[in-house]
Amino acid sequence: MKTNWLLGAALTASALALMASPASAATKFEFWYGLSGDLSEKIQEMCSRFNASQADYEIVCVSQENYENNLQNTIAAFRANKQPTVTQISDGGVVDLMLSGAFLPVRQLMEENGYTIDWSNYNSGVASYFSTSTGELLAMPFNNSTAMFYYNTDALKAVGFEGLPATWEEVEDVARKMKAAGYECPIAMDPTGQWQWWEQFSAIHNVPIATNGNGFGGLDAEVTFNQGKFVEQLTFYKKMFDEGLMVHKSKAAGQTANEAFIAGDCQMASSSIADHGTFGTQAKGKWDVAMLPIWAGTERQNSLVGGAALWTLKGKSAEEYKGAAAFYNFIATPEQAQHWSTITGYIPVTNTGFEAMKAAGFYDAAPYKGRELAIQSLTYTPAGEYTRGVRLGNFGAVRVEIQKAMQSVIFDGADPKVALDEAAARSNEILRKFEQTYKGQQLP
Amino acid sequence: MERRAVYRNKVLPWLLIGPQLILVLVFFYWPTSQALYWAFTLEQPWGGGNLWAGLDNFLYIFRDSRYWATVLRSAFYALAATGISMFVALTLASFVDRSLKGTKIFQSVFIWPYAIAAPAAGVAFRFIFSPEAGLVGGINELWPGIWDPSTNGIQALAMVIICHAWLGIGYNFVFFLAALQMIPRSINEAGAMDGARPLRRMLDLQLPLIAPTAFFLLIMNIISSFTDSFGLIDTMTEGGPVGQTEVMVYKIYVDGFKGLDYSGAAAQSIVLMLLVIGLTFIQFKWVERRVHYN
Repeated sequence: MKTNWLLGAALTASALALMASPASAATKFEFWYGLSGDLSEKIQEMCSRFNASQADYEIVCVSQENYENNLQNTIAAFRANKQPTVTQISDGGVVDLMLSGAFLPVRQLMEENGYTIDWSNYNSGVASYFSTSTGELLAMPFNNSTAMFYYNTDALKAVGFEGLPATWEEVEDVARKMKAAGYECPIAMDPTGQWQWWEQFSAIHNVPIATNGNGFGGLDAEVTFNQGKFVEQLTFYKKMFDEGLMVHKSKAAGQTANEAFIAGDCQMASSSIADHGTFGTQAKGKWDVAMLPIWAGTERQNSLVGGAALWTLKGKSAEEYKGAAAFYNFIATPEQAQHWSTITGYIPVTNTGFEAMKAAGFYDAAPYKGRELAIQSLTYTPAGEYTRGVRLGNFGAVRVEIQKAMQSVIFDGADPKVALDEAAARSNEILRKFEQTYKGQQLP
Repeated sequence: MERRAVYRNKVLPWLLIGPQLILVLVFFYWPTSQALYWAFTLEQPWGGGNLWAGLDNFLYIFRDSRYWATVLRSAFYALAATGISMFVALTLASFVDRSLKGTKIFQSVFIWPYAIAAPAAGVAFRFIFSPEAGLVGGINELWPGIWDPSTNGIQALAMVIICHAWLGIGYNFVFFLAALQMIPRSINEAGAMDGARPLRRMLDLQLPLIAPTAFFLLIMNIISSFTDSFGLIDTMTEGGPVGQTEVMVYKIYVDGFKGLDYSGAAAQSIVLMLLVIGLTFIQFKWVERRVHYN
């Protein structure tokens, strides 16, 4: 009796197991990205739309919380041969990836899989960061942005300022008036935000962060951010902090700069255009966005692109590459690109995409009005030697040096030139070590 | 008489310690040999290749004044956290040892902090110590701006040390209590009859007799503050304002994973490993001599 019962149970179980696994024809491939929260949900939505639009491929999208984690996890997975097919790598991680030979250039991928893409259609300001030095795209631009300055227009009106400030002189003047009018925190500033307060500053004022055209020309570049305008700018920030016109806002201080702006605690902030959507839904009071301020008398140049691009990694099967190519094609279609730029603050990465959205009146009214300024900022001038991006090895470590220099000046009162000199010396050591690690290799 | 277990079956002992051996091999010897290999070469993050660098990586970090600052900071962190933790634990243990009413409850409660995972404690303490919202932040109402660990490195370091000490109190408490209770009651009573007050009894009678345990705890606490401090620092300050709460183990993480300098981080971890091995060696050499097995 017992053996019969056991036998029966075993047979049923195996039958169920066989039935439960359907013969799935869809090739699965993985996409790892570094966004969290609201933006993460938008990506998941994008992925389900792709899966619903066709039956041959299934994309599995996994969030790694932030770009740093995504880079670390992708590297670890790659070394263990468990890498995803598509990964979202931002500007900081680009050079290591380029020299590693671990990726498949996107042009090659699309050609091999039979898709024709007009590569010149991609916004030059966006594409140059992820291209070879001769302008060939290596990765698929996806969520790209640039830094903007956000203003609380109620506060501007309260101090009698018409329009939006365009120069640092005006910003300083307005901040002083706001402080006098009783606003506790005119400008929210986080010294670890070196992307918007330091790198973008260098681009729009056309001063190089490093030799060799910001590193594009070769691995023997040296940093130059301890000279001239940079020292003046850091001294300026310190002065603003001392007068209480800039207030330290960061996660460690209990409230990030964006949170402070949203809550109305601070009246001005600098952040990515990607946050335009978040501010739209959450910010209290009236606000507006403008291009980053420049010093009066300087000729504005285009700003640096931010965000990330999608890289295809080597070592996967041909089927998975077909799926990746189909996904890239999907997100490049005008409807999807427009949808993506609608639900998030990210800008359209193709020229025709932007023109189409402008013609359709997308940027004419709230809540999208103001986002076209990001494109304007990115395309103010054609990407020049110092404005096409920064291509330094171990850029993440160099950025930490810049952050430390800014913090030691602003928190501990160190001398700006001394702090920047130290940061530059250490950054150069980092770059030399990087050069030695990839001895003999050329940047693509 | 020799007290040794002798197995007639030659294979059985190996099978019995097999699982433990495999764990040690996979989780200790294999990563260590990788780290040694990386420390002597220049490792590309994506695994493309190695370039032999000899002792260059070690010289690079020893030349770096910031590295030595980190070492000093780690040493200070170790001594301060150990000192606070052991002092408080000893005080609590000596109170509990007096067997007053309700000590059974205190005995269990004082151990609880040890069970809390460092990251969880870190998040909770970050809130408590927050300058704007926390309990400690309330002091900013009286003297505005006096407490701000997000910009003041010394305050940030003090905050992390206090939290680390708090977590270790439970562990130290258990050992101290056991050691105190091993002292025969007659000694304490003899001292009391001779007119010695509790503090004098503690200093002259109890401390010398619990010295082996205290020494053991000293080494364990110091080792733990070198290696277990990562969770707290990562959740509380992420290396702190201008890197002023960066201890050796955290610098390894920042240089290796954020800075993508795998070789430099490997060299640093070898140095840290040798340091901890040295401490363990000291402990075995000194403590074993003074512990008397009856």
